[in-house]
Amino acid sequence: MTENSFKIVYKLSVAVLAVLIAIAISAIVLAVVGANVLDAFYMIVFQPLTSIGHISEVLLRAIPLCIVALGVCIAYRSGIINIGGEGQMAMGVIAFTGVALAMEGLPIFIHLPLAILAAILGGALWGFIPGILKAKLKVSELLSTVMLNYIAAQLYSLCLRTIYMDPAGGGTPMSKRLSSSVFLSRIGRTPIHVGLIFALILAVLVWLLMWKTTLGYKMRAAGSGARAARYGGINVAFYVTLAISISGAFAGLAGAVEIGGVHRRMIEGVTNGYGFAGVVVALFGGLHPFGIIPAAFFFGLMKYGVMRAASQMGIPANMVDVIQGITILVIVTAQMIMSNTYLQARIRRNLGKLILTKKEREEIAQNRAEGGAK
Amino acid sequence: MNRDSLAKKRSESESKKITSLKMEHITKRFPGVLASDDITIEVGEGEVLALVGENGAGKTTLMNQLMGLYQPDEGRILINGEEVHFKGPNDAFKAGLGMVHQQYMLVPNMTVTENVALGYKKAWKGIKLDLKEIRKRIVEVSEHYGLLVNPDAYIWQLSVGEQQRVELVKTLCLGAKFLILDEPTSALTPQETDELIALLKNMTSELSIIFISHKLAEVKALSNKVTILRHGAVVFNGNTDDYSSSEIAAKMTGHEVELPENKEPDMHGDVVLNIENLTVMSDMKVPALNGLNLQVKAGEILGLAGVSGNGQRELAEAINGLRPVHSGKIEFYGDEFSNKRPSYVIKRGMGYIPEERNIEGIVPPFSIKENLVLKDSTNKKFSRGKSIVKAKDIQKNAERLKEEFDIRCPNTSIAAGSLSGGNIQKVILAREIDREPKFLIAVYPTRGLDLGAVQFIHNELLKKRRDNVGILLISEELDEIMNLSDRIAVIYKGQIQDILDHKDATRAKLGILMAGVKE
Repeated sequence: MTENSFKIVYKLSVAVLAVLIAIAISAIVLAVVGANVLDAFYMIVFQPLTSIGHISEVLLRAIPLCIVALGVCIAYRSGIINIGGEGQMAMGVIAFTGVALAMEGLPIFIHLPLAILAAILGGALWGFIPGILKAKLKVSELLSTVMLNYIAAQLYSLCLRTIYMDPAGGGTPMSKRLSSSVFLSRIGRTPIHVGLIFALILAVLVWLLMWKTTLGYKMRAAGSGARAARYGGINVAFYVTLAISISGAFAGLAGAVEIGGVHRRMIEGVTNGYGFAGVVVALFGGLHPFGIIPAAFFFGLMKYGVMRAASQMGIPANMVDVIQGITILVIVTAQMIMSNTYLQARIRRNLGKLILTKKEREEIAQNRAEGGAK
Repeated sequence: MNRDSLAKKRSESESKKITSLKMEHITKRFPGVLASDDITIEVGEGEVLALVGENGAGKTTLMNQLMGLYQPDEGRILINGEEVHFKGPNDAFKAGLGMVHQQYMLVPNMTVTENVALGYKKAWKGIKLDLKEIRKRIVEVSEHYGLLVNPDAYIWQLSVGEQQRVELVKTLCLGAKFLILDEPTSALTPQETDELIALLKNMTSELSIIFISHKLAEVKALSNKVTILRHGAVVFNGNTDDYSSSEIAAKMTGHEVELPENKEPDMHGDVVLNIENLTVMSDMKVPALNGLNLQVKAGEILGLAGVSGNGQRELAEAINGLRPVHSGKIEFYGDEFSNKRPSYVIKRGMGYIPEERNIEGIVPPFSIKENLVLKDSTNKKFSRGKSIVKAKDIQKNAERLKEEFDIRCPNTSIAAGSLSGGNIQKVILAREIDREPKFLIAVYPTRGLDLGAVQFIHNELLKKRRDNVGILLISEELDEIMNLSDRIAVIYKGQIQDILDHKDATRAKLGILMAGVKE
């Protein structure tokens, strides 16, 4: 077997093994809570792929995940960990709804871009604050982003209950239905909106930005070796602040597409944990835009399947979270094993004794003979 | 405590004596590399074996197998004639082997006693840790071998030389009867090195030692036997006394090595770097430079000698915009450099080979080719309109520099951090020199490098000098300074002690100045 074909077989077997382990553990959890294991699996993993209706629901969840994760990837690659996606997304929603409500009557080609721009700026501001605090005062972004999440959540709640509240809503904390001039159009008869196209284009743009531009080079240098970057004349503080501001802008945009594409009014719970899940998606996707796309789809699938299993089969929703957690842990572990080349080489050598080709065996024998002659 | 009980105590804690140690036909493969190629070595009682070879020859890998950190793919290890299998360093400790690694394995914010306690299993009594017993043992060991350490000092308070002694004491406290030292002197000053060699020589009455080095003076001074590795295989075995340093050097590199000397006529260029009354704070916020004055001319190499920690690092960083200037001025071709950004300094033609090559000189996860354009990513040679990366030109640039500077790597897309020290230094040198700087600051440019790499770097520095580039060479290797410099300045406690012409400089004179004595 050649080096390369071994590599493929090795990675495939690790992947298959990981899936089997994840299934086995999940099956135990499901059995313990008394669910029908096979039905539950079918409902979580396969049924969402069986019809266009289901797939649309999966994609709807994948869109914000993907956009947030792309932003997280930019920040992470630049040396700053953005776990403030939740707050930045909330700020995006607040800004989007504000513009939507305040400027009703504008034509769609002005109103929608303005609202989206506001959402981007709102998110960017919420990213800029921890960025500048880190750059100037060395405040840990882990602290500041989480604190800003709380502030944004309260601001969100406040807006929904005061200036944004629908007077005709009977006291429900929600805005009135926004005017159609801020709607993202839907694709065909599905509920999928053009945010999907945004997400895919953004993935390509992020790839171009990080790997094909000097700006991306400098941001990555700041993230991979801050001291060396500074030595090389790169203004690390500036690029780190810029990176997390862009990251915040992405989360803000995710908020905009959720309102303009899905809910079409501001309600509670729009951010729906996407800000945090986006960090997992980004890491799961290998911090690379083209890894993030499938990772976002997979997480969208889990999120949807799990929700359905909870509502239709009566499996407790928190057990379902447990299964999701287990799956993520197993897959991340498998990824680490796959990227360990030392382990791979060792297994190859040990297996090699069993599965060498005839020619290879002859070569080794010959080498031994020559070595002995020396 | 009387002597008998002490002796009894020791015999309990220690394994039996190692009268012979043999590694036979050791072979170890890593992906794509044969790290150990059928190596056999043998060390007898009280012997010192020097394991010599260039960077990346496989010395450390071999010793890591002896310590059980790696398992050899083939071959066996015999102690006192019996085959042993070490599954990890703990098994090796139990058999009486102790290794002091090149990078010290000490916890900085713990005391010496606490650091020793980490490995001292006997003092862990249930959940209670008997620090007093360990402290007693440390004092005992350090007195016995003349290794002075303060058991209550915190590691961060100690100099590199003192930390080295702590590592030795730690290893001996754990009952080592056989010492393995990985480049023990690579971070020590010349004085500390001499002290250590004398100490180790003393110990050979009770211990056997394998030590890894590529400093031939030490090999000659300390070892009885020498084994030379090249590309993972033994190329030479012999008694140290039968061969001269230059013979060993030639066997190590595979060719004759002669370090170049600056024998060129004096340059009478203008002063291009003028430092006046410079005061700069250290990380601890105390003055590291104290009103320092220094002038360097175009086309001269000014060697700055001194024991490290006397302000050399702060001087280099202040000039390059990496450290704020408290007072004083730094003039470079008429420009004032104090408190300017690094990019300002770079744009005005300053080249800088930093002390910390692994984390400052390169971005470790970046590829070699990316690192080679670290200072020029927006230069029009490597970008379109300052914004789009020209990948092909970066690739071509890397291929060219790889050839010119003999950077040894499978290709230029691999992470620069995975290279050996010497090759990392070549990457940095290639980048700094190819930018055609007007001036070059080189800080410990050859520290820890093998002779072949040292020779290469010295030649490049001399070449630049001929191009009328001024060079500030900061080093603690007196041979390097004396070979290359036109003038030699000695730095002590943040000030220039004296400046000598290279014709007047001798090791003795420089040594006295470095120690802070002024006639």
